[in-house]
Amino acid sequence: MSVRRSTVIFAWFLLLPAVLYVTVIVAYPLVDTFILSFTDASLKKTTKWVGTANYDKIFNATFAEVIIRTFVWTAFSVAIKMIIGTFGAVMLNAAVPGRALFRVLTMPPWIVPMAIGIFMWGWMYNGQFGMISGLLQNLGLVSGPVAFLAHGSTAFWATIITDVWIGVPLVTLYMLASMQAIPQDLYEAAWTDGAGRFYRFRRITLPLLVPSMITMSMLSLIATFNSFDIIWILTQGGPNGDTTTMIIDTYRTAIGSKKYGEGAARAVLICIFLSIFCITYFRVTHRLASGESR
Amino acid sequence: MSQPAMINRYRWYELAGIYAGIFVFLSFILAPFVEGFLVSLKPLSLLFSSPYRFWPENGSFEAYRTMWVSVPGFARYIFNSFLVSFIVTAVVLALVVPAAYAFARFRFRGNGALLGAFLAVNMFSGAVLLIPLFRLMRSMGVLNTYFAMIVPGVAFLIPSAIWLLRTYMLRIPRELDEAAFVDGASHFYTLRRVILPIAMPGITVVAITTFIGSYAQQFIFALTFNSKTEYMPLPVGLFAYFGRQEVVWNELMAASFVGIAPAVIVIFFLQRYLVSGLTAGAVKQ
Repeated sequence: MSVRRSTVIFAWFLLLPAVLYVTVIVAYPLVDTFILSFTDASLKKTTKWVGTANYDKIFNATFAEVIIRTFVWTAFSVAIKMIIGTFGAVMLNAAVPGRALFRVLTMPPWIVPMAIGIFMWGWMYNGQFGMISGLLQNLGLVSGPVAFLAHGSTAFWATIITDVWIGVPLVTLYMLASMQAIPQDLYEAAWTDGAGRFYRFRRITLPLLVPSMITMSMLSLIATFNSFDIIWILTQGGPNGDTTTMIIDTYRTAIGSKKYGEGAARAVLICIFLSIFCITYFRVTHRLASGESR
Repeated sequence: MSQPAMINRYRWYELAGIYAGIFVFLSFILAPFVEGFLVSLKPLSLLFSSPYRFWPENGSFEAYRTMWVSVPGFARYIFNSFLVSFIVTAVVLALVVPAAYAFARFRFRGNGALLGAFLAVNMFSGAVLLIPLFRLMRSMGVLNTYFAMIVPGVAFLIPSAIWLLRTYMLRIPRELDEAAFVDGASHFYTLRRVILPIAMPGITVVAITTFIGSYAQQFIFALTFNSKTEYMPLPVGLFAYFGRQEVVWNELMAASFVGIAPAVIVIFFLQRYLVSGLTAGAVKQ
């Protein structure tokens, strides 16, 4: 009896430092964001309650556009990441000479400090001297320089591509690991029955990858929704707000204009969306895990 | 016996298709690095000239020398990045090793919920919580110090580290703990003398991924909580190459490669650990 109790006490003793740390640095700020969103907090010394005024203020046509843009941006980014990442994984899963090296070469975008990768893309998008515009001109596909970050529609896609680039390595490595977890004897049995490579891929690999794809898409969705560095360094949300997502909008309001209260209200909305994603993720992975009868 | 070999035998056109696919895929991944490296070799006059030329004619490593002169603080930025990442890693390990052990070994009420709560922390990036974090850092009096980057950095790296290490510790046979326990060892002694030595490879992986995570993700906290040049880490310090008139692109790229070098060296020597570590920590990003 007392042994069991001392065990529980010991477990909590081990957990306490980490729990306390995360409570102070993450949980408390979450609560504080919620409280701040009902105040007019700013650089002023005094802060007063303003009820739902901050929320009333942000529900307008411009903000609705920001929300829609965030979802479109995120959806495209996640979809392209999954397609390119899974494609890469399928290629790197093939037993060809050099694959160990190819796998290592997949990692840099994720491991290098994000800002550095983004600077490189910033140069490539440069209209006058950048590689993409330059090569397109040399190939005769466009007649003049294309300044990708100066126009709304191209800047929107340019930021997505850079986000995809940073996110692809993780998708590839994760899908690769999932592919290698598929029991080899399934393939051998199919092979013995005379099934071709493409047939084996379509009937064994793809169906067994679906749970991993769902899990990875959900994780990627959450990370992409939070994406800040890329847009901030490349366009700061411009031109004309065409790449302003919810995170960027919140940062501009709160840190840029020092309107903490209004910024907090925006952050609360982000948290609500993230919570929905998070709950969905836990539900889905739980169902997938029980489906595997483990 | 020859079956696995036979099944993996490719016809020439399959092989060509696979290599073509890998080439296209890796071109996308590596293009910015190739272009960035070529830019670092080109003199500014060639960079800012039309039409676009891919190869650096009369290229040189000149920018790798001048970058230290035009931004004298650059070595300091690299040092700062290393220092911050190093302390973050040490603190994360100190907090995470005991917690992961508790999650892996003890059943207590709220175990699952607490683990879920830790994972949920992953979903909220620092960007969402910047306002209260800013106020918190201010009231702790750590704005514009190293701690402004270390304190929040640790919090957001804890969850994936716990998850990764717990998974590793679950694989250590329980009989080992029980044997030690039967011999009269205390819980603490068991953790220190039995579990820690066996879990060392797992702890190493967690240390590496935490260090890389911290090295790669210093931007937003450094940008928001620190304005002192002497404490700036690499990602923010690189903005020093953005002059008033124009960006010194060749030096910026040269500096980027110098800044990348540590990460590349790490990948090269530790990639074996990395692949398993990064994918197991997929909860991260």
